[in-house]
Amino acid sequence: MNLSSGQMLLLIAAMAAATMLTRFLPFFLFPEGRETPEYVKFLGRTLPYATIALLVVYCFKGVSLTAWPFGLPELLAAVGTVGIHVWKRNTLLSIAAGTGIYMLLVQLVF
Amino acid sequence: MQGKKKSALAYAFPKTIPVMTGYLFLGMAYGVLMSVNGFSMLWTAAMSIFVYAGSMQYMAVLLFVAAVGPVYAFLMALMVNARHLFYGISMLDKYRGAGKWKPLLVFLLTDETFSVVCNEEVPKELPEYPVYAWISVLDYAYWIIGSLLGAGLGNRIPFSTEGLDFALTALFLVIFTEQWLTQKKHRPAVVGILATTLCLVAFGSELFIIPAMAAILAVMTLDYQKEQQRERELQKGGRAA
Repeated sequence: MNLSSGQMLLLIAAMAAATMLTRFLPFFLFPEGRETPEYVKFLGRTLPYATIALLVVYCFKGVSLTAWPFGLPELLAAVGTVGIHVWKRNTLLSIAAGTGIYMLLVQLVF
Repeated sequence: MQGKKKSALAYAFPKTIPVMTGYLFLGMAYGVLMSVNGFSMLWTAAMSIFVYAGSMQYMAVLLFVAAVGPVYAFLMALMVNARHLFYGISMLDKYRGAGKWKPLLVFLLTDETFSVVCNEEVPKELPEYPVYAWISVLDYAYWIIGSLLGAGLGNRIPFSTEGLDFALTALFLVIFTEQWLTQKKHRPAVVGILATTLCLVAFGSELFIIPAMAAILAVMTLDYQKEQQRERELQKGGRAA
């Protein structure tokens, strides 16, 4: 480790500040006292769905489709998770089952 | 009636179990990573307490090792965490009126907490914002505990946890499915999947988030303009009739 404690602190402070900026900025720009523009309200209604979709894809970003096992464990576990959820509609069950399937696949099968 | 006064915490805790699994594990992995790179538990704790952003913290290990400057670290954190802007905009309405809870709720708005809270309808007999606050604080605690455990263990984890991080993927998948089944309009979800996948292919796994956000925003803006136009035409039609 080449950094002094002071430099480490400075780096952590910089990253904390940037992270907080990304979290607080929308709430500062559109405070409760003032009417939020229609356009931003529209985004507030639609972005939650697009953002969860983005996060789903984000989780699979490291999967390689060109090398063994071609994303098969991820695909099978994802299909299992969604299938069980459509069937039972029980969040905890779906997540536990999906994670179990994935762990079995990567530890024992692939 | 017994059990009617179920506390906000008792209601919130089960909602956080999937995140608990994921955060304890990913937090631990982060602690191990810091530890094997020679950073003391104190730095791990400082990162998890003050930055509290998973993917940024993983990247920060590289930044520390490369001994980058604070400006570079600041800009990097802005880019990696830019997706928080979307969470904020999505939560403007839900956190409106949160009062004294608001700074805490916004400070703790991570991917996972956002995904749980944005789909949460608190029953009428429970106080809404304390429930969100408990969900947020529990998640925060899991992350800090996990990273400290990892920092303490170093690379001496006794059993194979390979694949456990899929819990978070499964959490997002389940929320996506639940939204799909309960929403009539699927366009935002489809746009999100397509735009992000296209950007992942086009820009690669290191750079795709910001272009994907821009693409989603562009399509949503076009949709908004179309909707405005339709409303104007409807109004005109109404006046004519």
